[in-house]
Amino acid sequence: MSILIKGGRLIDPVNKIDGVLDILVEENQISKIGKNIKPSADTIIDAQGKIIAPGLIDMHVHMRQPGREDKETVATATAAAAKGGITTVLAMPNTTPAIDCAEHIELLQGIIKQDARINVLICGTITKGRLGKELSEITELKQKGAHALSDDGSSVDDDALMRQALQKAQQAGILTICHSEDKRLSGKGVINLGFNSTRLGLRGIASESEYKRVSRDIQLAEESQAPIHIAHVSCRESIEIITQAKKKGIKVTCETAPHYFTLTEEDVLGYDTNMKMNPPLRSRLDLAAIKQGLKNGAIDCIASDHAPHTENEKDIEFERAEFGVIGLETEFAVSATELVHSGALDWSKLIEKLSVNPAKILGIDRGDLGQAKVADIVIIAPDQEWKVEKNSLISKSKNSAFIGRSLKGAVDCTICSGKIVYKR
Amino acid sequence: MPWTKKDLLGLEYLTAEEIELILETAESFKEVSTREIKKVPALRGKTAVNLFYEPSTRTRVSFEVAAKRLSADVINIATETSSVRKGETLIDTGKNIQALKADIIIMRHNCSGAANMLARALDISVINAGDGWHEHPTQALLDIFTLKEKLGKIKGLNVTIVGDIAHSRVARSNIWGLTKLGAQVTLCAPEMLLPVEIEKTGAKISSNIDEALKNADAINVLRMQFERDEGAAFPEQLDYYKKFGITEERLKKAKKDIVVMHPGPINRGIEMSSEVADGKNSVILEQVTNGIAVRMAVLFLVAQAKEAGQ
Repeated sequence: MSILIKGGRLIDPVNKIDGVLDILVEENQISKIGKNIKPSADTIIDAQGKIIAPGLIDMHVHMRQPGREDKETVATATAAAAKGGITTVLAMPNTTPAIDCAEHIELLQGIIKQDARINVLICGTITKGRLGKELSEITELKQKGAHALSDDGSSVDDDALMRQALQKAQQAGILTICHSEDKRLSGKGVINLGFNSTRLGLRGIASESEYKRVSRDIQLAEESQAPIHIAHVSCRESIEIITQAKKKGIKVTCETAPHYFTLTEEDVLGYDTNMKMNPPLRSRLDLAAIKQGLKNGAIDCIASDHAPHTENEKDIEFERAEFGVIGLETEFAVSATELVHSGALDWSKLIEKLSVNPAKILGIDRGDLGQAKVADIVIIAPDQEWKVEKNSLISKSKNSAFIGRSLKGAVDCTICSGKIVYKR
Repeated sequence: MPWTKKDLLGLEYLTAEEIELILETAESFKEVSTREIKKVPALRGKTAVNLFYEPSTRTRVSFEVAAKRLSADVINIATETSSVRKGETLIDTGKNIQALKADIIIMRHNCSGAANMLARALDISVINAGDGWHEHPTQALLDIFTLKEKLGKIKGLNVTIVGDIAHSRVARSNIWGLTKLGAQVTLCAPEMLLPVEIEKTGAKISSNIDEALKNADAINVLRMQFERDEGAAFPEQLDYYKKFGITEERLKKAKKDIVVMHPGPINRGIEMSSEVADGKNSVILEQVTNGIAVRMAVLFLVAQAKEAGQ
């Protein structure tokens, strides 16, 4: 089985390539890159006017399986990811049961083996049952193949326990991902605290519930010398704190999600529950700071925080609706529209945020189109315009914040391990 | 200017002209309640449903009286007697009422934004009779109607709202309505009962009731909404009364003909003294009477808009 992609603009930031080149895939590997490769492959793709990039990597995805197959499954999430140009995802462990021991990781691995269309990496929990009381078997999770640890959805409130977790993770050589939120400060809030929460008569969530915990997590990372990754950064103060930490040489990386550089608290004014997520949509100042952070490197990567919920859980009163939005199918196009076409980033920088950097953070040999590398490739139509339609979403849940939005930039084809897993 | 909206969700969403139109329409309906036969056929053959998810007597009865004086049929649904307790979603309940061919839903709900959501999901009219901490537009309209009746105008008036602003939909609707009509609103409350950045509405803030009363043409006194925020901090009652309670002594230092309003029910001795509640400046019962005219106007206008739209 071989695929020849001809005449596209190959952007491979790791190997500092940006030019019109052909790329030949044989079996599951990249076998040749060059000009005018002889067209003798089983499949030939004409990629003129297209961008060829390493497959995208989304390190924050809620697959909901096992336990909430009514929201999403490994099969549906990976199909949606493939449609979004994504070839690797990191599955968050807040499932039922939570991925907190060898048995549960094996259960999920079985499902992945059977149903996944793309690479699915597993994130284990920091604490048993994500309860923040007792550490998971961190070494065992690492040995069984977990790529990171997180209690995502909750933060480990107990400083001593978190310090201990980071020490264990450091010894085991596994990354810790922090959902940095102090629930004592965010309380029962449902949207960003400010004039808009006052207008809407909804309880607010102050930014300090995020950045104070970011600050604590960084302090513990410094003490324990363990690398940490801050999930879904949404406010300007967090970015400032992370910037300072990086300057000090602390091993911290972070991500933001497309909705935080596209939407603000003002998009909640119609009580649309698809605008309800945690952390909440913030102010215009925060949005500007997020874009700036992506530009200057304070923010390493973009992750969707894909959080599917059924209509029963979303199409209800705002304060009762679940937090979270889906994002796999729109992540690339929203990023292209808001960051590249707006002039904030160039294509190469965007590919770093969506592929190269998450690969580095997770320590996986991906995000690189070099010779003999695994052929995870995305073909992009950079100027293709399209509109997000609810009925066209293939994720099992339809809770997208971008329904009805016009986007510029589309995924044409996704290749994972040398196989075409999506074609527009 | 004709009325074009199928719903009334809040005063934030209305223009000054639309608010004026409601007030003018209410003026012409007020007379109906003074007739021997208190009925006009304006909404004959229409069905209005009172859908109340929160206990309320005065607002529900006021809407019922208003609808009946317009000859509409009225059905009351309270949560205890409906399928709501069985876990039916709000939208499903609304769609069922629509399928019964009702014309207007008047809803009281404990969640902010519930009326907005229902209005979006339905073709029939939705009137917000209070949603969470968000808005209570007909209460503010009747407050404004009463003020205008007493003082002849709204533009240029100084209106002080005192009490639990944070949890009050009445406060929010009054701020929007009064500000749009050109009044200057001053909010007076302990800091813990002021919502963040409320001054962005154009309202002034004062923490001293005597100062807030000094130039006030009217004062609207709110109730503590203990039931709307479990676990939140509230001031100690006696202490609150000492610092913010409206007493005759305090009123003596205010304008002589200051108009004293209260949306009810009153907690005598907590937010105002009995003497003030029953005193010569109080218009509390007139507010109740005017509520009928204002609600008749709103029912009439949304029904008319619905017809014109079809």
